Amino acid sequence: MSQGWLLAGGRIIDPANNIDGQGDLLIEDGVIAGVFPGGAPAERVAAAEVVDAAGRWVVPGLIDMHVHLREPGEEYKETIASGTRAAAVGGFTAVACMPNTRPVNDSEAVTAFILARAREQGAARVYPVGAISRAMQGETLAPLGEMRRAGIVAVTDDGRPVANSQLMRRAMEYAGNHGLLVISHAEEMSLSENGVMNEGALATRLGLRGIPHIAEEIMVYRDLALALYTGRPLHIAHVSTRESVDLIRRAKARGCPVTAETAPHYFTLTEAAVDRYNTRAKMNPPLRTAEDVAAIRQGLADGTLDAIATDHAPHSELEKEVEFDLAANGIIGLETSLPLSLALVRDGVLTPSRLVDVMSRNPARILGVAGGTLGVGAAADVTVIDPEARFVFTEAEIVSKSRNSPFLEWELQGRAVFTLLAGRVSFRR
Amino acid sequence: MAIEQPFSHKHVLSLADLAPEDIGLVLQTASSFKEISQRAIKKVPTLRGKTVINLFFEPSTRTRLSFEVAAKRMSADTFNISNSGSSTAKGETLIDTAKNLAAMNPDCIIIRHSRSGSARLLADHINASVINAGDGTHEHPSQGLLDLMTVQERKGRIAGLKVAIVGDIAHSRVAHSDIIGFTRMGAEVHVSGPATLIPRGITEMGAVVAPTVQAAVADADVVMALRIQKERQQDPLFPSLREYATFFGISRTVAELARPDALIMHPGPINRGVEIDPQLADGPRSVILDQVTNGVAVRMALLYLIMGGDRSS
Repeated sequence: MSQGWLLAGGRIIDPANNIDGQGDLLIEDGVIAGVFPGGAPAERVAAAEVVDAAGRWVVPGLIDMHVHLREPGEEYKETIASGTRAAAVGGFTAVACMPNTRPVNDSEAVTAFILARAREQGAARVYPVGAISRAMQGETLAPLGEMRRAGIVAVTDDGRPVANSQLMRRAMEYAGNHGLLVISHAEEMSLSENGVMNEGALATRLGLRGIPHIAEEIMVYRDLALALYTGRPLHIAHVSTRESVDLIRRAKARGCPVTAETAPHYFTLTEAAVDRYNTRAKMNPPLRTAEDVAAIRQGLADGTLDAIATDHAPHSELEKEVEFDLAANGIIGLETSLPLSLALVRDGVLTPSRLVDVMSRNPARILGVAGGTLGVGAAADVTVIDPEARFVFTEAEIVSKSRNSPFLEWELQGRAVFTLLAGRVSFRR
Repeated sequence: MAIEQPFSHKHVLSLADLAPEDIGLVLQTASSFKEISQRAIKKVPTLRGKTVINLFFEPSTRTRLSFEVAAKRMSADTFNISNSGSSTAKGETLIDTAKNLAAMNPDCIIIRHSRSGSARLLADHINASVINAGDGTHEHPSQGLLDLMTVQERKGRIAGLKVAIVGDIAHSRVAHSDIIGFTRMGAEVHVSGPATLIPRGITEMGAVVAPTVQAAVADADVVMALRIQKERQQDPLFPSLREYATFFGISRTVAELARPDALIMHPGPINRGVEIDPQLADGPRSVILDQVTNGVAVRMALLYLIMGGDRSS
């Protein structure tokens, strides 16, 4: 039997149960035992350790539905142990890990390996996402049913698009047999090939090959059309452009079963971050323009975008301290996602409740997994946030194995101070 | 040689980093050095004891030799490293190469490399001064400066001139440095070529995109044809060299549209009969060989301004 906790006097924000107010949260035996707006009754708290949450937000454990844990195969960049530790520090109690490991997660065996590792070493729940196609080659379907049986929650060829429209259609249809969500990495490769940053004046000045925003939008449109045609749910990963947001908004209005995520860098940074060939700001899709950033924020505000996910993509210095063309795509994000997203609350883009929606409740709902709620009886995955804490994000404090962040030396505000996973402490500041 | 104005740059990576006063100082210094190359004894002791390394990862005849001649005329010790003989061919990263070179205490490294930003990467990891001799499709600042010098010499000014640049604007590092340099010095630069080779955002670099080659060249004071790289045909950018020559080459008919005293320029090496009519390239208005001569003077000036002085001794 695990320890009981009383998180006392915090602002409890639990949109799943329509709660946003001062109160005590009681945890017993690893599950939520009660929310007490007027304070928990003394006889209930006797066995619990009291944590003063005054001035803090108490929310359902955050869920990052898009991370790369790099294990198996690239353990020098990240492992399931180090990646989930970074998650816990960032306030996350669950992550969904993408299949582009080595070998690719396109089999029961790899899925089972990831889940076994997570059980032994994980500091957060790990939900594996399987590949759509064998070896992510875009040619034949991976064994979706077998992987589902082993424990995957969705499928994607993230990192590369499914170029063949017929294969994507069949994947969406067949995924339905196994209750699997299909996640789209939307990129029309013939337009983006060899590109390394957003196409435009800056790319021209830097002499770097551009990736036009239409490369994303054309594929977003194709996949929306497939979702509407097949009636099967679709989730669009890492939305980065204004027109993509608009396409998704219009598709939703027409009843298309689509959900979508964006990442903190797409509502925080513009392509200007890559000036002077800063490989720590190189990613795919690339950072875009101020107009795109404004549209992403609008999409989060009006609910067009359902989730904030990090696309946490650890790379070692070996892959980043090279010529810009040769540098790997991607940045780490688990330890900066919450502070960067809290800025949206301060900017009036999201209410605190909506923030919990996009960082916890919606990811759980989209993936069809537990979590995202402080309802009585639910597993006690809980994050306590200090929304006021100011700190400078430095290399020294990074818990991930990699340090490829464009936010190093940024002054940030707000972060997790206490993370509970099924009632056990996964992080405490 | 007394230079009053200081040159505050340690590296020359991009003309975008240089203010008009900096460019003016380079041109003025280069003119004063030009005379050295006409002497019987073409050597001054200005950079004696300085070490200059030519680090060329891409083949180059003209630029590499021009830098070497410039350094030797200033009495610097020069060393050449080319790609085939370098440890990069054995898998060493650019940063490791930089650190190894730095350990030999050179004063200046001149780099040519196929990747945009490589000169900046080198500069970020080494104490020596770095001169960019062409990085990918980014910039070729010394070429831009020698083009400015050539026009300044022949026209007596740069401000107010119309400069037409025709060809592969997207992939030409020379075009990028020229657009920045000429507009910064007050000229108006009109570019033209196949629409597939006119990159997005080029107007934000200061260029005017002309609707046709004829419009770009009309009443121009300077007409520059860019080299068409034959390997570009693999991308679907234009159908054939024949079609390119017909519609985008600088023919004598097109050149007639420019001002009668217009200069004809080309950064070389020329594909004769493709981007420019051979008779124009060899004709009286062509300053293509002046460009080469001025290249040595400009590079002497750059070496002097970043290493000379003498701040170190």
